[in-house]
Amino acid sequence: MKRNMSAQGGSALGGKNIKIKINGQEIICSPDKNIYKAAKENGIFIPGLCGHPDFPAKGNCRVCVVEIKGRKNLATSCSTKVEAGMEIVTDSERVKKARNLNIELIFAEHIEKCPTCIWRFNCPLLNFADRYKIEITRFPDRKGKRDIYKFANAVEIDGTQCIDCRNCLDSCSMLQKINYLELKGKGHNQEIVPVSDKKVDCIYCGQCAVHCPVGAAQEQTHWDMAEKAIEDAKEKPGIFSKILSAAPSHNQGKSAPADRAGHKSKIIIAQFAPSIRVSIGEEFGLPHGKIVTGQVIAALKKLGFDYVFDVNFGADTTTMVEAEELLDRLKKVGSGNNGLSKFKSLNPNPQALIPNLPMMTSCCPAWVKYVEFYHPELIPNLTTSRSPQIHSGAIFKTYWAQKMNINPKNIIVVSVMPCTAKKFEASRKELKVDGQWPVDYVITTREFAWMIKKNNIDFAKLKSAPADDLLGEYSGAAAIYGASGGVMESALRTVQFMACKGKRQGSLCDARIDYKDVRGIAGIKEAAVDVAGKKLRVAVVNGIGNIEPVLKKLNDYDYIEVMACPGGCIGGGGQPIPTTPEIRQKRMDALYKLDKSMKIRKAHENKGVLEALKWLKGQGKLEHQVLHTGYKKRN
Amino acid sequence: MDIFQKIKAANLVGRGGACFPTATKWEMVKNAAGEKKYIVCNASEGEPGVKKDGYILEHFPEKVIDGMKIAVDFLSLGNKGKKTVDVKGYVYINPEYYKKYGKKLEDIIRKIPPSPLAKGGNPPIPPCEGGQIIEVFKKPESAGYIGGEETSALNAIEGKRIEPRLRPPFPTTNGLWNCPTIINNVETLYNVSLVASGEYKKNRFYTINGDCLWTGVYEFSEDWTIEKILKETNNYPNFDFFTQIGGDGSGEILNSKQLNIQATGAGSITVFSVLKHKPLDLIKKWLDFFISESCGQCTPCREGIYRLLEIIKSPKPDWQLFGELLNNLSETAFCGLGCVVPVPIKSYFENVLANMPENEINLPKGNKKIICECFKQ
Repeated sequence: MKRNMSAQGGSALGGKNIKIKINGQEIICSPDKNIYKAAKENGIFIPGLCGHPDFPAKGNCRVCVVEIKGRKNLATSCSTKVEAGMEIVTDSERVKKARNLNIELIFAEHIEKCPTCIWRFNCPLLNFADRYKIEITRFPDRKGKRDIYKFANAVEIDGTQCIDCRNCLDSCSMLQKINYLELKGKGHNQEIVPVSDKKVDCIYCGQCAVHCPVGAAQEQTHWDMAEKAIEDAKEKPGIFSKILSAAPSHNQGKSAPADRAGHKSKIIIAQFAPSIRVSIGEEFGLPHGKIVTGQVIAALKKLGFDYVFDVNFGADTTTMVEAEELLDRLKKVGSGNNGLSKFKSLNPNPQALIPNLPMMTSCCPAWVKYVEFYHPELIPNLTTSRSPQIHSGAIFKTYWAQKMNINPKNIIVVSVMPCTAKKFEASRKELKVDGQWPVDYVITTREFAWMIKKNNIDFAKLKSAPADDLLGEYSGAAAIYGASGGVMESALRTVQFMACKGKRQGSLCDARIDYKDVRGIAGIKEAAVDVAGKKLRVAVVNGIGNIEPVLKKLNDYDYIEVMACPGGCIGGGGQPIPTTPEIRQKRMDALYKLDKSMKIRKAHENKGVLEALKWLKGQGKLEHQVLHTGYKKRN
Repeated sequence: MDIFQKIKAANLVGRGGACFPTATKWEMVKNAAGEKKYIVCNASEGEPGVKKDGYILEHFPEKVIDGMKIAVDFLSLGNKGKKTVDVKGYVYINPEYYKKYGKKLEDIIRKIPPSPLAKGGNPPIPPCEGGQIIEVFKKPESAGYIGGEETSALNAIEGKRIEPRLRPPFPTTNGLWNCPTIINNVETLYNVSLVASGEYKKNRFYTINGDCLWTGVYEFSEDWTIEKILKETNNYPNFDFFTQIGGDGSGEILNSKQLNIQATGAGSITVFSVLKHKPLDLIKKWLDFFISESCGQCTPCREGIYRLLEIIKSPKPDWQLFGELLNNLSETAFCGLGCVVPVPIKSYFENVLANMPENEINLPKGNKKIICECFKQ
């Protein structure tokens, strides 16, 4: 006890580097580090299950134990800070014995569902078992009869696989502040369950899943349905044999669709979200934030999808619809001659909200669920614009279907999303267009990676392929949709253009591209942006856990972006594991790099989108059906 | 000599079982930075076989509260006798004792003259009925044995899940609501009061239980041996026996030839007749106690004890694995409870079973030699 106290006293934050020894190797590191981190940074592997950089150390799995010279007990490396002169051994017989036994004990509370578990290729339990030659069935399973809790069609917590690390609890409470999960019971009977409080509900963000080390908290998988759709389409020839006969000539000579036209019963389209391209490489050993757009497309084609489109097309569409709506709302409050008003001064009572302002983004389905359940009074503030995947899904089944002369009923759209809540969004009945679901199935980045691995596709070596024509074009503004602040920035670029339209100095007023105030990993980002000479007050909430302070001063803003997951979609609940602050930053950087490299950086310059919107304008009611939606109170 | 010097000179140590020097603990909290500090009197006494805190609360409640008041003043006052820190005290008491002594304690607390120190705290100290500086906090029914572990007690008072916290940081710097906190056992604070009034005589309380006639709580000099205590109280058996010292759950087992030492831990002595207690029943009793009290945080305790019970219930116990699981608890458990699970079982094997003739052991499920071998680390 005394020794530990002195250690505490001596650890000045940011103090001078110290020398320690791990397995005889001398290491110089900052005294703020724990042993686990110091070892990792120096290439020394220590296994661990319950630790995550998003949370303070819990030290409950007891797998990362090490021996420290001069100390009686083994120490958990995740929770023990380094001290000058410390001599640490990570692989003594004593350490191995304790560590291996704890891994065996953990295995015995995890029912192996490896054959269909999408986490199989990444599972640290299997990895440790292999590495340390551990007998995984030394003890009989004890959790076979535990319940599986399903949250809508998005997320599930499988009690039979839970290893009691409590990361899901930390995600739901500490990170997201939703508090939907609780630990019931004590000792070996403890169990993660949804709370019984009817005033609390899951928002399907999936942060529990992206923080679970063993796949007990997981997305409800739909890859099998996507796979079956592809198979079924192959196996039932004849009835729709001519659906592709009218395919425009520019598809001729390209790989799949036209060649197989005579045998296809259905057309299977894959569309992938902006943030997938900077995260999925991690699943295949590529560096964090590696941009792999071409490989994503190639992999989807290899998996048998007939067409691969980029959700960035949908994102540009969303930006257009949302920007227009924002200007519209601002106009309604004010009477400015250029469309933008002096809305700020028009609210004499600061307590009362101006109707429909601030406008709030709605492309994050977990945030929408949050509003519908926890703050239905804010429903009028949500933009009526649909989200990118729903926009593009419906455009495939209307505009594109007509162009291609395909019956929309024969199109199946599969979205590859960084998100678990998108599964719930896609199943919202109010989004149906002419009786058709805009998106039929949603799979996560992890499910997509699993399909690639399962089919033995060497992702890293795939030759880059382009997205299919017609709807393949996109702007840099769409690319950054995947990062917190990206939707805001995209909208600002277009709002500014729209507000300036018709003004004499239009081209000058429309020149701004970068809005750096709304970028980055801060929890709340605020800015006052000049739009056609007026100040637009905006806020970006990065992670639903940061929402409270903004809700308390809604009158201070005209436009608010909320992303439920930290970092935005690049930190989404469906993203590769691990997703840590450092990794989020790298994925985010990659998106902005991509944006910068694009020829077109504004949604309103995407000609494909403009054409589709123009077509929709001529379709009467269909236009509104495809572009807008409504919300309902859910508590 | 001020109270701190007196405590130091008296060599007071914690009577909760860990024997940590009281002066050192007080000094750490005094020196820890913070505008708010707490003193918690741990009256949860959850270990079976230990009843001395209940005895003290019944007979000397004024002394205990006085000890707390002394601690409050010690932490509140700066060097020049001026108040520098807001301090609040909690008597963290188990439900049974609350029922018996809660009202009495509250009456005593109410009679403490309203301290000017309690007012004007900034940020304010959580509300306390009647503006008293000390509040009686009833340990939740479900808290159990682990609820008496000091950081679990802090969680209980804060309304959090009742289980030990990760250390470091320690309560001395990051205790109740993250403020520096002294947590002392009832007997420790009683001793503080005695030291202050010059009545401290280096005595301690012993609880005697088990297969003897004159069970109960006794007060003797702290340097008496177990043997002497048993003889003085007319409890020394005239049959084959062994004892468990410091708690019927986590205490160490000593045979009749090992009693020429002082009692450790919480100072309980429980006598067991060798004939009456069958080895497997004893082991199962201990394991049942630990499994029902384990908080479930860490793998070796949550999973390990479950497997230990599974092993002794099986027709062919794997004693090798049994020994490994026990060792793993002392090696890697999160808290004190997990670490002491092997104490009674291993000491029973070493000090009792190993000395018994094979035909008297009555351990149907294995060969004595092999089993004892498994318990040697």
